[in-house]
Amino acid sequence: MAAEEVTLSGHIQHHLTNAKMCSTDTGLAFNKACTDSGFWTWHIDTLAWSIGLGLIFLWIFRSAAKKSTLGVPGKFQCFIEIIVEFVGDNVRDTFHGKSKLIAPLALTIFVWVFLMNLMDLIPVDFIPALAGFVGETAFGMDSHDVYMKIVPTTDINMTSALALGVFILMVGFSIKIKGIGGFIKELTLHPFSSNNMFVQIILIPFNLLLELIALVSKPFSLALRLFGNLYAGELIFILIGAIGFMQLPLHFVWAVFHILVITLQAFLFMMLTIVYLSMASSDNH
Amino acid sequence: MNLNATLIGELIAFTVFVLFCMKYVWPPLNGAIEARQKKIEDGLAASDRAEKDLELAQKKAAEQLKDAKAQAADIIDQAKKRAVLIVDEETLRGQQERESIIAQGHSEVESERNRITEELRKQVATLAVIGAERILEREINQAAHSDIVEKLVAEL
Repeated sequence: MAAEEVTLSGHIQHHLTNAKMCSTDTGLAFNKACTDSGFWTWHIDTLAWSIGLGLIFLWIFRSAAKKSTLGVPGKFQCFIEIIVEFVGDNVRDTFHGKSKLIAPLALTIFVWVFLMNLMDLIPVDFIPALAGFVGETAFGMDSHDVYMKIVPTTDINMTSALALGVFILMVGFSIKIKGIGGFIKELTLHPFSSNNMFVQIILIPFNLLLELIALVSKPFSLALRLFGNLYAGELIFILIGAIGFMQLPLHFVWAVFHILVITLQAFLFMMLTIVYLSMASSDNH
Repeated sequence: MNLNATLIGELIAFTVFVLFCMKYVWPPLNGAIEARQKKIEDGLAASDRAEKDLELAQKKAAEQLKDAKAQAADIIDQAKKRAVLIVDEETLRGQQERESIIAQGHSEVESERNRITEELRKQVATLAVIGAERILEREINQAAHSDIVEKLVAEL
């Protein structure tokens, strides 16, 4: 095991592995004991960091909401309101239906994803090393056996969960606005349609195939775009972190560039969510 | 990079966060923003109105000032005319009075003169009679010739 860790690829591998938890016959098991546990494995670092950051988001915004005044707002309230108004403007511009869900959904996605992406700017070795130290001293574990991946959006489970949530909402909105019949019609009678009944029936499978691909590709693109960007960014941070002192200027440059990436990806995820839900709830195809 | 139960956990967390946001975060924040926007809008409208009112009031005040000035000038004009009139009238009256006083004086002087003349005539007559008496004392009775003396007095 130690031999594996001294290599660069081992180091990188260690950084890119989530802390796992699963239940086995003998009770809860962690990390390497969970390699064969299949679906029922929990990435506890992803869960902890994402939920923690989500709670921070809610706490910050809730405290701003509680203290919000109609008079002259303080700086903190102004800052929060700028974000809220930014999200609200985007929702109003893009989503033309009436829904009480879209704006809070967009706000949650934007801020939550942004905060999770922001973890990428914490130097890659700090928290894993700290976790390894704590694991070694407090729990007597081998520090190489302590995994800590602090950017939840570099975990495909995280981004997939967000995308799946959006996908469920898309289907839900479609059915709510157009009815089940309307939704099925949308999937089967477009883009090829004919006035001839017989031809139409022949065209249905093709339409269904195309529309299903179009429908399913949306959550996939959402999940994989965010995951891919952040995973790649994280990987490059790790590579930069592995090259010794020369990393400092490189790390700085990449981090500055990454500020753009993390904001942009959070914004993109939010905008695409709004756009997809807007498409799902508009009647005309 | 394999999907596992974390997905479910995150999906639940996502749902809870969105629901919490929808219930307790978005409405108060957005409500505050919208209420403030309304307030600012009202305030701006009110200030616009006030500005217009002020302009109107200033115009009105300027007009009133102009009116007042014109009125004051009118009054002064009238007063001046009236003063000239009064002076003229008084001058005329004064002249008349003077003339009447002078006339009265003249008549008084005239009557006095007449009286004195009369008196002097009488005294002259008396003196003449006395003189004549003295002359005639020796010759005639005073009573017999008094009618002639009186005739003389009347002729004076």
